Amino acid sequence: MRSEKPNHAPLGLKIATAAGLAFMHLPILLIFLYAFTTEEKSYQFPPPGLTAQWFAVAWSRPDVWAALTLSLKVASIATATALVLGTLCAAAVSQTRFFGREAISLLVILPIALPGIITGIALRSAFSIAEIPFSFWTIVLGHATFCIVVVYNNAVARFRRISGSLIEASMDLGADGFQTFRYVILPNIGTALLAGGMLAFALSFDEVIVTTFTAGQQSTLPIWMLEELIRPRQRPVTNVVAMIVVIVTFLPILGAYYLTRDGDKVAGAGK
Amino acid sequence: MTAVLFDNVSRHFGAVRAVDRVKLSIAEGEFFAMLGPSGSGKTTCLRLMAGFEQPTSGHIEIFGETAEGVPPYRRSVNTVFQDYALFPHLSILDNVAYGLMVRGIGREERRKAAEDALAMVKLPGYGERRPGQLSGGQRQRVALARALVNKPKVLLLDEPLGALDLKLREQMQEELKSLQQSLGITFVFVTHDQGEALSMADRLAVFNEGRIQQLGTPEEVYNRPKTRFVADFVGSANVLPVDLCRRLGLKASFASLRPEAVAIAPASNGALSLSGTVASRSFLGATNRIVVNVDGARIAVASPAANAVPAIGSPVTLSFAATDLHPMEDA
Repeated sequence: MRSEKPNHAPLGLKIATAAGLAFMHLPILLIFLYAFTTEEKSYQFPPPGLTAQWFAVAWSRPDVWAALTLSLKVASIATATALVLGTLCAAAVSQTRFFGREAISLLVILPIALPGIITGIALRSAFSIAEIPFSFWTIVLGHATFCIVVVYNNAVARFRRISGSLIEASMDLGADGFQTFRYVILPNIGTALLAGGMLAFALSFDEVIVTTFTAGQQSTLPIWMLEELIRPRQRPVTNVVAMIVVIVTFLPILGAYYLTRDGDKVAGAGK
Repeated sequence: MTAVLFDNVSRHFGAVRAVDRVKLSIAEGEFFAMLGPSGSGKTTCLRLMAGFEQPTSGHIEIFGETAEGVPPYRRSVNTVFQDYALFPHLSILDNVAYGLMVRGIGREERRKAAEDALAMVKLPGYGERRPGQLSGGQRQRVALARALVNKPKVLLLDEPLGALDLKLREQMQEELKSLQQSLGITFVFVTHDQGEALSMADRLAVFNEGRIQQLGTPEEVYNRPKTRFVADFVGSANVLPVDLCRRLGLKASFASLRPEAVAIAPASNGALSLSGTVASRSFLGATNRIVVNVDGARIAVASPAANAVPAIGSPVTLSFAATDLHPMEDA
């Protein structure tokens, strides 16, 4: 039951809040608007005319498709890797005690605290020392470093709320390790993994800095967009792509929000 | 047949000897209590039986089979956890049926078994609810049903009544006892409540600092505490110090004397006596508890309420039979 909350904020605060929100979100509407402009070389306001032709142009350009599929593949594989490794790491850190546990926890989180440019340079030098040629997999490796962190952070918070005796109870009732994971652990951490996985996917999908250091000649979607902005030709195509990306990423994020907002009651203790 | 056998079992955590050379043997169908203060090793013993801990040294057998290296999920032993450990994401019915589900028993059969088990613990029709919707006492019953539905050979109960209020606890004590008698399953019960252990168990082991201080029936442990620790922990027995023991002609350094065995009266034939002054008195219903100071030692007397109560500070003579004075080990 939700108690009635007072609504007595002063008018000035309300206006400031509205202005702040508008500042954050109106530019996104501008992106949408320019996807329909007839002017292809510069973003003049208001647009001289409106057209839907850029959707057809974007559809028929192979470089759009190449960048989009590369980004989707990288994000999917980096997220999948992060889900497995991040969950295992969270399980180890939260369910057991061992020497160096805190240090490992810190080292796992470090890649997201470090500036991306450090991670990028470090990986690039490491790859060249090890004579690993830049490829699809070097991009995935770079992205996995920070994808693991968001999965780990989500999972470890949820693991800490699972009472240790739940796992013991499952084993006591005859479930082996795999069954315990399948029937007790996964249902209790599932929404946390979903949220972590979606965040990881989103981070990977729009990552620029680490990617510029670890990619060879290939362009992921955000790098393709940066390149497009420099070229004064068919600029609205970039907006079309941006608009589709917003719509496609907004739906799963909305889904994750609804799935995890009730998370508090998922893994309460036994009493 | 022996249900659980501990042969010189130790469990050390680094330098801490949580369980130290414990020997015990629990008979099939017995209601066995492990009593002791927190940190005395009783819960570790229970976890050794369940398979959550492995002994550092020594040997454990469950129904004649070696238990070392057998994981918890392959032991015919089930546990009722202190915090009940119900699965929050499952309905009550699925919680109770969990053990049957992981063993691959069909949906209909396990549903029926789980409903029967819920009826047995007096929660019929609660199957569709979630653990969060039940009270503490109800969750306790669900935990019991979830363990018993697997028909374990030994049921382990880790302070199962600790979180319940007094009235509910007394009711559950009776129910557990009658459930155990009707099922005939060996119950091993961990508690720090001596009243609970004495009233429910067929036999009990009193633990302190990882070792068993005394193992016996409630009557034996209550009437003849073997060590000072047992006398202090299990009941209100008086512990007579060295000088009083010497004066009464005992060789032991310490002896126990139950308050009920002492009378405030001059010694008659063959009885021993001590004299002192009344230090305090309190009314306990059926008896008065009168504490008498005998040369610095305080001796409690349970005097029937019908008897006259001497005034505080007045000199009295205490008398008791020599057979009620039990010499104890020093430990």
